[in-house]
Amino acid sequence: MASNNLTAFPSSESIAQRTSLLHQAASKRILILDGAMGTMIQQHRLTEEDFRGTRFANHMDPLKGNNDLLSLTRPEVIESIHRAYLEAGADIVETNTFSSTSIAQADYGLQTLAFELNEASARAARKAVDAISTPDRMRFVAGALGPTNKTASLSPDVNNPGFRAVTFDALVSAYKEQALGLIAGGSDLLLIETIFDTLNAKAAMFAVQEAFDEVKFTLPLMISGTITDASGRTLSGQTTEAFLISMEHMPLFSIGLNCALGAEQLTPYLETLANKAQFRVSAYPNAGLPNEMGEYDQDPSAMAAAVQPFLERGWINVIGGCCGTTPDHIRAIAETAQSFAPRKLNSEKNTAS
Amino acid sequence: MSASSYHRPLKLSGLEPLIVTPESNFVNVGERTNVTGSRRFARLIREELYDEALAIAREQVEGGAQIIDINMDEGLIDGAHAMTTFLNLIAAEPDIARVPIMIDSSKWSIIEAGLKVAQGKCVVNSISMKEGEAEFMRQATLVRRYGAATIVMAFDEKGQADSYERRIEICERAYRLLTEHVGFPPEDIIFDPNIFPVATGMDEHRRNAIDFFEATRWIRENLPGAHVSGGVSNVSFSFRGNPTVREAMHSAFLYHAIRAGMDMGIVNPSMLEVYDSIPSDLLERVEDVLFNRKNDATERLLAFAATVESKGKEREKITDAWREFPLEKRLEHALVKGITDHIEEDTEEARTAIGSPLRVIEGPLMDGMNVVGDLFGSGKMFLPQVVKSARVMKRAVAYLTPYLEVEKAKSGSKRGAGKVLLATVKGDVHDIGKNIVGVVLACNGYEVIDMGVMIPKEKILDEAIRQEVDIIGLSGLITPSLEEMIDVAQEMKRRNIQTPLLIGGATTSRVHTAVKIAPHIDSPVVHVNDASRAVPAASALISKEHRTGFARDVAADYDKVRVQYQRDRARKKLVTHEVAKTRAHQLDFNNIPVPNRLGAQLPFAPSVAEIRPFIDWSPFFRSWGLAGVFPRILKDTVVGVEAQKLFDDAQRLLNAWTQDPKGIKMKAVHGIFPAARTSSETVTLFDPVKANQPIGKFEFLRQQIDQRDGIQRSLADFISPCSTPDDFLGCFAVAVHGIDPIADAQVAQGDDYEAILIKAVGDRLAEALAEWLHQKVRCETWGYASDESLNNEALIKEQYQGIRPAPGYPACPDHLDKEQIWSLLKAEDTIGARLTENLAMQPASAVSGYYFAHPESRYLGVGLIADDQISDLAQRRNLSLVSMKRWLSANLLDA
Repeated sequence: MASNNLTAFPSSESIAQRTSLLHQAASKRILILDGAMGTMIQQHRLTEEDFRGTRFANHMDPLKGNNDLLSLTRPEVIESIHRAYLEAGADIVETNTFSSTSIAQADYGLQTLAFELNEASARAARKAVDAISTPDRMRFVAGALGPTNKTASLSPDVNNPGFRAVTFDALVSAYKEQALGLIAGGSDLLLIETIFDTLNAKAAMFAVQEAFDEVKFTLPLMISGTITDASGRTLSGQTTEAFLISMEHMPLFSIGLNCALGAEQLTPYLETLANKAQFRVSAYPNAGLPNEMGEYDQDPSAMAAAVQPFLERGWINVIGGCCGTTPDHIRAIAETAQSFAPRKLNSEKNTAS
Repeated sequence: MSASSYHRPLKLSGLEPLIVTPESNFVNVGERTNVTGSRRFARLIREELYDEALAIAREQVEGGAQIIDINMDEGLIDGAHAMTTFLNLIAAEPDIARVPIMIDSSKWSIIEAGLKVAQGKCVVNSISMKEGEAEFMRQATLVRRYGAATIVMAFDEKGQADSYERRIEICERAYRLLTEHVGFPPEDIIFDPNIFPVATGMDEHRRNAIDFFEATRWIRENLPGAHVSGGVSNVSFSFRGNPTVREAMHSAFLYHAIRAGMDMGIVNPSMLEVYDSIPSDLLERVEDVLFNRKNDATERLLAFAATVESKGKEREKITDAWREFPLEKRLEHALVKGITDHIEEDTEEARTAIGSPLRVIEGPLMDGMNVVGDLFGSGKMFLPQVVKSARVMKRAVAYLTPYLEVEKAKSGSKRGAGKVLLATVKGDVHDIGKNIVGVVLACNGYEVIDMGVMIPKEKILDEAIRQEVDIIGLSGLITPSLEEMIDVAQEMKRRNIQTPLLIGGATTSRVHTAVKIAPHIDSPVVHVNDASRAVPAASALISKEHRTGFARDVAADYDKVRVQYQRDRARKKLVTHEVAKTRAHQLDFNNIPVPNRLGAQLPFAPSVAEIRPFIDWSPFFRSWGLAGVFPRILKDTVVGVEAQKLFDDAQRLLNAWTQDPKGIKMKAVHGIFPAARTSSETVTLFDPVKANQPIGKFEFLRQQIDQRDGIQRSLADFISPCSTPDDFLGCFAVAVHGIDPIADAQVAQGDDYEAILIKAVGDRLAEALAEWLHQKVRCETWGYASDESLNNEALIKEQYQGIRPAPGYPACPDHLDKEQIWSLLKAEDTIGARLTENLAMQPASAVSGYYFAHPESRYLGVGLIADDQISDLAQRRNLSLVSMKRWLSANLLDA
C-alpha cells in the first residue's frame, strides 16, 4: 500500500469546517453533481500517445481508454472538464477515479499506481474547485470509488456458481488504498458509486471506515447504486429496498441511484428511496437509455424535463448526470433544480448523525 | 425512554427486505441447514454434496422460513471453508437468497468468513461477553462494519445466565456497551436469554421456562428496541425420542414465549400453528411443567409420555414429509416436482425391490411420468416443469443403465415404449422445438435418437432403417424446410419405407402436412403442433391395437382438410400480376431522408450488457409454451409462477454472461445504399460513390389476393421509382456466436433444460441485437430519427419510423435476397455468419433483413401469389420456374 509516513493528510479541523459548510449548503438547496467524465474525455479525441505521455511511453500494455491515467499524463484536460462542470453550475465534482483501484488498473498493468492516481485526480478536482469557490458559494470534491471490474457475490462461471473472481478482503485492501489516496488529494466527500454488486460496496464501506480510522477523521459518504433493468434489481439481484437496508450501517451523507437507466426509468426506484431512506437522496441518471458506446439521445432540455418530476415531488437532495451527460445537461438540470426545495430528511428519532 | 416508544424496526435483507416491526408476527428462522441439528445436512456438507444441501435450504424457504440459519460447527468440517462455499452457492439461487441469512457459529472466524460473502444484511448468531467486554465490543464493532445485526447470548465471563436475575443483568450490561460505546443501533440487537430444558428431574431446572419468559418480558420492557430470540427445541431435551410430547412442549413453550415478547426463533414453522390442536390432557401436563404448577408435574408428564411414545415417527419433518411416502409415491413426487436429490437412492431401492431394472423403468418410473404427462395434458403442469421432470427421469435411467446392460446381455434385447428418430431437415439449423419434443418423448419412455440439425434425407432414412426406429420425426423452422420434408416423404415412398412420420416446427401446419406431404407417402403421417401432442401421437402410432385406427382417423381428417383447402383456394380471388401492378401503393417521395453515412459500415460487437435492455421477452415465454405478454405473464394466475422461475433462470444466464461472456460474441453489420425502384417489384442498389453504378438488386413480391381497399401492396412501393437513385435502402445481418457450444456442454451433462434455456435466450439476444442496431441506424447512420427517445416497451411495439422486414417472412417470403445481403455486407467475413443451402443462417441465433425508412412503410403479408408472378420472378432471378416454385411453395395458389 502506497500511503506512508510521507503522505500528508488534511487536518481534521479543516475537514470539519468544510463538512459543516457542505451540510449548510445541503440544507438550503438541491446540490448539483457534475456529469459524465468519459463522454467529455472522448470529445478531446486523445490518442494512445496522449494517454501514455512521456512517463508511460514504453509501458507494455495499450493505455488508450484508461481515462483515469489522464490525471497523471494530461491533468490539464481533466481540470478543464471539472472547470466546465463547475461553470455549468455543479456544486460537487467527482474525481476521475472510477477505475483507480489496483484491481481495475491491473487490466492495464498499472496496479501499483493506484494510490498515486487517486491522489492526483483528487488534486486536479481540488484545484478546479478552489479556483471557483467563493465564501458565498463553496464547491466540493467527491472522491469517487467505482465498482471495480470484478464482483464478490456473482460467479463469472455459469458452470461453477460458487466461484468468485475476487474476495471481500482483496476488495477492502484495494478500496482502502483508493480511499486514502482520495483523502490525501483533498476530497471533501467520498462517493461509492455505480454499485451493481452490494457486496463490493460493503467492502468499500468497510475499507472507508478503516481509512477513517487511519487518518483519524471522517468525511461525509455518498452511496449510489445501479438498478440494471426494468426488473428493478441490482445486477446482484437485490431490490432497491433490500439494497438500501444493506447500506444503512454507516451514517451516510446521501444514498441514491445512478447509471444504467435514464431518468424516466429510474422513477419508481427513486420513489422507494425517497420514502424509505433516512439519509439524503441523490440521483444521477444517464442521458436516456443505456448505450455504452457513449452516444445518447436525450438532449439537455429533455433531460432536465425528465428529472423535474423527482424535484417537484421533493424526493431529491443531490442531482446530476451519468453516462452521456455534458456541461450543457448539468446547466439545464441546475437551472431546473433552482426552483425546487431539497427533500426533507425523515425526522425519525435516533437518526444516524 | 420506554420500549413502547421506540419505533425503529429491525431491518434485514437478502435479495428482498425483511422488516420486523412490533406488529410483525413471530419471525421463524429455518433450522435445518445446521450441521449440529441435522445429521443429514452434516453428512451432505462432509461429503460436499452441496446440491442436496442447497435443496434443504430451498425447502425451508419454500416452507415459510423468513431467515435461514446456517451452522457449520463440526469437528470434521472446515467450518470457514464450508460457510464460504455454501453462502456463495446460495447467492446463485434467487429463490433461496431472497431471505436474509443467519450466520451461526461459536467461532468468530467462521462468522467473519460468512459475513465476507453475504451482500444482504445478515444476523450474526452469536456474540457474547464470554471472553470479556473488550473482545465483545471488538466483535460488535466488526459486526456493524460488515453491516449485520446480531444475536447476543446471555453469557458473560462467569458463564451462561441460568436465572432470571443473571439473564437481565447480562443483557442490560451488553445493551449499554453496545448502544453507548459501540454505537450499535438498539433494533439490531437480538437477545438470546437461553432456553434450558425443563422436566429433567432436577429441582434447579424447574423454573427454567418461567425464568426465560420473565426475562424476555423484562428485556422487551426495559431495553428499548431490542428483540428476543431462542432455540426452542432445547426445552424438551429430556423427552428425546418422543416427538409427540416434544412437539407439544415446543408449541406450548413458543405460545407463551411469544406472549412474553419473544419475536424471533429457530423453530420448525409447523410448530407455530398447533398450540390449539394439542390434546387438552397433554397440554395441561406440559403447561404444568413449563409453569412449575405442580410438584409432581414432571412425573405426570413422563407417565403420559410413556403412553404416546409408540406413534412418534411419522410426523418428523414437515418439509421432507414426502420422503416418508411409499417408494412409488416418492418416485412420482420426485418426477412431478422435478427433484433430483434422492432419485438415485430411490431408484436403487426400487431396483432391489423389483429385481429388474427394466421393470423399474416400465413400472414406477413410467407410472410417475404418466402422471406428469396427464398433468401436462390437462394444463396443470407447464413445459419448463416437464423438462425438469425429464431431467429427473434421465438421472434415474442413467443410474439403471449399467444394470440394464447386464440384463440385456442375459436376456437379449428388449425395448421400452418405442424408438423415435428426430432430425431437423437439410439446410435448417433451428432445433429448440425439436429438442423440447425430444425431451418430452424421452421422459415418456421413448428411446430418442436425435440426429441434430441439417440432416439430408438419405442420412435420415439410412439411420431410421439401421436403428429400426418406430417413428421418424422431422422438424424445421424456415419455409424451404417444408419442401425438404416433402422430399423426405417422397424418398420414403420410393424406398418403400413404412415408418410413420411426425411433422413439427414453426412453419409447418396441419394443412401443409395434409395437402403437401400426406399425398406423397403411404405410411401414416401426423402433424404435431406442440410438444404436448407428440406423446399421444407417438404412442398411438406405435401401439399395435391403436395404430390402424389412429392412422385411419388422421387420414380421414386430412382428407377433409384437403377438400376444405381446395374449396378455400377456389374461393380466393386473385388478380393477375399485371392488374396488381397497376394497383400499387402510391406514396409521396418528396421528403426522402438522406443518410449520414452510406455504404457498408464497420461491424459492431456490443456486449451482453448493452443488448440486454433491448430484449423482448414475450416470445421467450411462447417458445416454452407459456402464453402471455411480458411482464404481465409473471403475475398470471395460471402460468405466473412457472414464468417467473423461467425468467429468473434466464436472468441468471444473462447475469453470468454479463460478467463473463463465455465465448458469446455478438456481431452486427449494416449498410445503407442509394436505391431506386427500377421495375414494379425490383429495387436496384447503387454504389455510394459512383452514383450511377448498380451494385445489386432486391426482388420483392406483390400481393395478388384482391385487397378490400384496392391496393395490392409490395415492399418495393416504399422506394422511390426512378431509373437513377434518389432514394435509399438499407440492409443488415446480426449474429450471436457461441451459444451452441455452451448448450451442447449442458446436453453432455444431461441437462436438457439448461441447454434449451441457453438457446432460447440466445435467440432473444439475436432479436434484441437487431432492435439495438435498428435504433442506431435510425438515430445515427441514417439519422432520420436522431431525436427519438423510446423505452423498450415502445421499441417492442415498434412505435418508430421505418421497418426491418426479413427475407423469408410474410412481407418478403423469398429467402433468396439473403445472398444479396450477404454479399453487400460481406457478412461471412464481417460477422462470421454463413448461409446454408436453404438459406438458413448459421449460427441459428441470427437475424437479417432490409431497412426501409419511408414514414409510411409498414409490415405486410404477401399471401398467395399466382403462376404469372412466379414466372416473372423466376425470369428476374434467372432461375427455372421449378426451382423458383420450390422456394415459394408456401405462397403458391395451387398445391
